[in-house]
Amino acid sequence: MSAKQSKTSKAAPGLTHEGRDYSAETLHAMHDSMLFIRRFEEKAGQLYGLKKIGGFCHLCNGQEAVCVGVEHAAQPTDYMMTGYRDHGHILARGADPTAIMAELLGRAGGIVKGKGGSMHMFDSNLNFAGGNGIVGEQVPIGLGFGFASRYRDDGRVTLCFMGDGAINQGAVYESLNMASLWKLPVVFVVENNQYAMGTSLSRASAETHLFKRGISFKVPGMHIDGMDVLEVERKMSEAIEHARSGEGPIIVEAITYRYRGHSMSDPATYRSRQEVDEWRTGRDPIARLQVQMIEAGLATEADFKDKDRDIKKQVAEIAKAAEDMPEPDAAEIWTDVYTDPIEGAYPYPGQVG
Amino acid sequence: MSKITYREALNQAMCEEMARDERVFLMGEEVAEYNGAYKVSQGMLEKFGPKRVIDTPITELGFAGLGVGAAMAGLRPIIEFMTWNFAILALDQIVNAAAKMKYMSAGQYSVPMVFRGAGGSAARVGSQHSQSLENWLANVPGLKVVMPSNPADAKGLLKAAIRDNDTVCFIENEINYGDIGEVPDEEYIIPLGKADIKRAGSDVTIVAHSRMTGFALQAAEELARQGIQAEIIDPRTIKPLDENTILTSVAKTNRCVVAEEGWRFAGIGAEISARIMEKGFDHLDAPVARVTGKDVPMAYAANLERMTLPSVADIVEAARVVCHRA
Repeated sequence: MSAKQSKTSKAAPGLTHEGRDYSAETLHAMHDSMLFIRRFEEKAGQLYGLKKIGGFCHLCNGQEAVCVGVEHAAQPTDYMMTGYRDHGHILARGADPTAIMAELLGRAGGIVKGKGGSMHMFDSNLNFAGGNGIVGEQVPIGLGFGFASRYRDDGRVTLCFMGDGAINQGAVYESLNMASLWKLPVVFVVENNQYAMGTSLSRASAETHLFKRGISFKVPGMHIDGMDVLEVERKMSEAIEHARSGEGPIIVEAITYRYRGHSMSDPATYRSRQEVDEWRTGRDPIARLQVQMIEAGLATEADFKDKDRDIKKQVAEIAKAAEDMPEPDAAEIWTDVYTDPIEGAYPYPGQVG
Repeated sequence: MSKITYREALNQAMCEEMARDERVFLMGEEVAEYNGAYKVSQGMLEKFGPKRVIDTPITELGFAGLGVGAAMAGLRPIIEFMTWNFAILALDQIVNAAAKMKYMSAGQYSVPMVFRGAGGSAARVGSQHSQSLENWLANVPGLKVVMPSNPADAKGLLKAAIRDNDTVCFIENEINYGDIGEVPDEEYIIPLGKADIKRAGSDVTIVAHSRMTGFALQAAEELARQGIQAEIIDPRTIKPLDENTILTSVAKTNRCVVAEEGWRFAGIGAEISARIMEKGFDHLDAPVARVTGKDVPMAYAANLERMTLPSVADIVEAARVVCHRA
């Protein structure tokens, strides 16, 4: 199984929310995808603790509704790119979770052959274009994908994610300006988890309503509850339609929260236990959808317990399979540097060690 | 053969490639309606329209990144920096995105595009507009760095750069834009990574690129009058460097001078000297001499500017030193 479950027709409504019908199958797909990402990230956290995953590892626990909601609103041909907290997004797109786990473990079977790691996940078959470690790097790149879509008139929309930290990078404003000037089909999704590493939004941003950051570029903004997958799906559908129809770019600010520290090495002492608990127990996106589905008679608590047990088992199997993979071959050091290498032109080509 | 300027040669290269490949577009500051700050893109807006010749706001990081994304999505961008000085603002996209995307994605995405514009010192424009940054770029795996020294090379190399499937940093020279040279009438491509022997000689090898190639050729005339036959090699592509042509020449002359406009510390001359030391040590009859710009920011005053840049006389002197004639 992968994190992405099939989207289904709206023929048999299972639940009507804010005037929008969702089939039971769609709701289960969203739920299972979010729960899968949650358990996957927990496993990644464990493997990091065991020093099997190295370097930086930024988990998205708590933010699952954003990636899953956006994915359900998007077309598979739409482009997507993000920063370094990227496991959830690529899993939501439907990438092979074993390859993602193998990448975290630095294995040959990793989604980018062990060359990228946690921060640099790519799946070109699914139009997932990274995975960037420099804050805001992906924003002008997303602008370029949007430019290409308009150049070719291919009807695609680019879903360019960033966090509340990235929104203060100059490159973001350069991109908002050009996207608006040329009416490019880009949705800038700001995942506002309220902390840029350890700096709270109010300590870093003069205007904390991030959806307003496009005003001077005439880019409209929308403010949504990023802990509610149905709201994310519904509002993102509107935003994507806006971009696809030729109206130009739009900002969607999704208010969300990460339960873990910025990265695995962050004990998150800059916020109170109480604050974390309020979000975790009061606004958790998975628990919220479960309650809605139980109330609509689409599942029982026992069903969700069974599902959770199954997913945990699957994730354990995935981790085991990924751990069993070999490390990349030494010769991989020299591949993928150039598409057109020039024979004999590099010092010591192909030598290893 | 036709006689055209360096800027016309660049213009022809872009026009021919845009006519050949619908995916190629030109974007940058003043490239369209203004016809280019240095008139390199003269007439291109009229020829190809605003969809493919695009004026940008002054926003180098942003439109460099736009080029990277468009290339990843399958287009063939030519991103013009009015000068490479301004590309410093865009280095994050050049170094962290364009150069590494193929490797980071294990080949899933590549960034086939050209960043181009004027590099080196112009005349009397001060420190922020007078610098040679090719060694910065050439240090980065994933990038190719090309620097033509005359109109024929400019055209053939730019066409190759546009067709290349990797990111090419194409560094022109503002002082050279008006230079006139013979250019073949038929279509031609000059492959990247191939140096050119601009003058044959037996006594000393002078490796010089961009504007310094012309200086080296002038120096060779003076050296000939003094009985020293210099062989002038223009690498044309800084990275990947055609070390074989250089080493073959040094094996013949046993002496080498490397001339560059940029700063001495960790410059192109340092790299070439090290390669000769590693692979041609036994052929050397004298240490390799480096002629470089002085390690200072560029001053405005005419005399200070002149003294900061390498001169023809400096190259002559260095050649005499390695030939034990000084």
